Amino acid sequence: MSAPEGTSRLSRQRIRSAWLFLAPMLIVLFIVAAWPLGRTIWFSFTDASLDLMSEAEFIGFRNYLEWVDFGDGEGAWYGLLADQRWWRSVWNTVVFATVSVTFETIFGLIIALVLHQQFAGRGLVRAAVLIPWAIPTIVSAKMWAWMMHDQFGILNDMFMALGLIAEPVAWTASPDTAMIAVLIVDIWKTTPFMALLILAGLQMVPEDIYEAARLDGVPPWRVFRKLTLPLIMPAVLVAVVFRALDALRVFDIVYVLTPNTDATRTMSVYARENLFDFDQFAYGSAASTVLFLVIALITITFIMATRMDLEGKRQ
Amino acid sequence: MATVELHKVCKRFGSVEVLHDIDLALDRGEFIVFVGPSGCGKSTLLRLIAGLEDITSGELRIDGQPMNDVLPAKRGIAMVFQSYALYPHMSVYENMSFGLEQAKLSKAEIDRRVRAAATMLQIEELLDRKPKQLSGGQRQRVAIGRAITRDPRVFLFDEPLSNLDAALRVDTRLEIAALSKRLPDTTMIYVTHDQVEAMTLADRIVVLNAGHVEQVGTPMELYERPASLFVAGFIGSPRMNFLTGQLAAAEGAATYGIRPEHIALSETAGDWPGQVTLTEKLGSDTFVHVAADGIGAINVRVEGRCDIAPGTRVFLTPDAAAAHRFDAAGRPIVRAAP
Repeated sequence: MSAPEGTSRLSRQRIRSAWLFLAPMLIVLFIVAAWPLGRTIWFSFTDASLDLMSEAEFIGFRNYLEWVDFGDGEGAWYGLLADQRWWRSVWNTVVFATVSVTFETIFGLIIALVLHQQFAGRGLVRAAVLIPWAIPTIVSAKMWAWMMHDQFGILNDMFMALGLIAEPVAWTASPDTAMIAVLIVDIWKTTPFMALLILAGLQMVPEDIYEAARLDGVPPWRVFRKLTLPLIMPAVLVAVVFRALDALRVFDIVYVLTPNTDATRTMSVYARENLFDFDQFAYGSAASTVLFLVIALITITFIMATRMDLEGKRQ
Repeated sequence: MATVELHKVCKRFGSVEVLHDIDLALDRGEFIVFVGPSGCGKSTLLRLIAGLEDITSGELRIDGQPMNDVLPAKRGIAMVFQSYALYPHMSVYENMSFGLEQAKLSKAEIDRRVRAAATMLQIEELLDRKPKQLSGGQRQRVAIGRAITRDPRVFLFDEPLSNLDAALRVDTRLEIAALSKRLPDTTMIYVTHDQVEAMTLADRIVVLNAGHVEQVGTPMELYERPASLFVAGFIGSPRMNFLTGQLAAAEGAATYGIRPEHIALSETAGDWPGQVTLTEKLGSDTFVHVAADGIGAINVRVEGRCDIAPGTRVFLTPDAAAAHRFDAAGRPIVRAAP
């Protein structure tokens, strides 16, 4: 927005007022995003702990990776990047994000296609579909925790009545099913969000091309594959990025539903544990910093790989 | 022989009947224009023929076969939409070939048809472009090209020129006229609200009003012998002057109609004295608006330039042979043979 030589007074004035209008947002963004992020990155290079924040000293990359010589000719790697628990958390997070976003996209697309049709009571159904999304995560996680309870849960009761399982399953406690439990709750909760974003994309598709396709005698499946899907793809991809950003930093569902389980510990849960529970503030900051980098890397890769149109320049 | 026949066709949306007992027979190769004010049902009638809307009652036949329950794609029709309805993510070539792939034609045959249509419409160099890289006129050609590749028995146009600017509209109108000459066996049905398009393109015009057919006839029949007050007012530009009151009563009519071009204007003598209120100069013609004493506002068309100042006293003389008389129901009173 710099003013090159020879710009008129009017356009200089416009540029000045543009900065004026942007200033509040830039200041708020700096205070709530840039400053905390910078502080976190700084702490990750120090030996800070919760009660000794002000005495933190710079220790370089030791929180990330450090060769500790035991003095007897032997030694070992320490630090975040040598921590098996950390890498398990990264793996859990990526699995969670991939599976949840995949299912949410598929279900969201189906629901959006249904809601896009004209039928009696559509307004009511649209509102009803949004309910899971409207419930606070803590509440829905607690609710599902009860439904998945191994002794009193309704889920076990129904599955046993249907003969799907022979004996009650400890959904959230068993390492085999903990991740599935978290996934179920997240997919249940977030599919409406996807459905809504995709529905918005569907409503952008001009109606007349469907009439042209009817005159061309294109069967419904081909209409979907060749017309609808390519035309809503930009909207779907943006929705996927939104959801992926969200899923990669998942914390609340896991923390409430399956606390302290290796099977579901995500990067955010790992970082919080170290920051506050284990009093390793600097180490937790290092985990937060890597979390930030991992999310940024995955998102940028996805945007590049799908050649996403973020500025709306293409149609 | 008739290609398209409608017999007592009605269309209701819920409890609202928008088309009432439409009877029409359109001959093969004819250029038919449906014209009428907005909301008269002309587009709905076209969509019934296309199969985009269901017929509530009555029968539609194409080449003698009943079409009420036939899918749009099987009716042997092609349609050009007002908004063109091009597939935005496909190239021009794909837009034209997409429907043909459905018809199980060979690749070579599809290619031949697309290129033939592209040549006919001079859009060969656009085949690789996307619709949004085209101007309005080019999109229009692509939409027509897509319809041509279907090799239809009946060609439907839904207000195809309404999104073009005035100059392009005239050019495209001429091209559509030329196209219909090149496809002599194809029946064309063209919907418009513009009576100039209707007059210039049509072999026969169907005037619709409030869901009824007001009149069917050649442009000159409609101009010379309008079957109702509505048609008389709708066809012809500028509009026919309608005079009521004493003057009409003296002629034995409820309404006396006289077109602006059938009135002579003089500054010295004539039947109806009056005062000029306004002149509209088009170069080729001048429209003189006159407040005639005891009669009302009358629009007169004078050929060429006419520098008559507002306020001037003038005299108007109608050409009695070209006058129209209508009864209270708006029906024409047929002149007794002289």
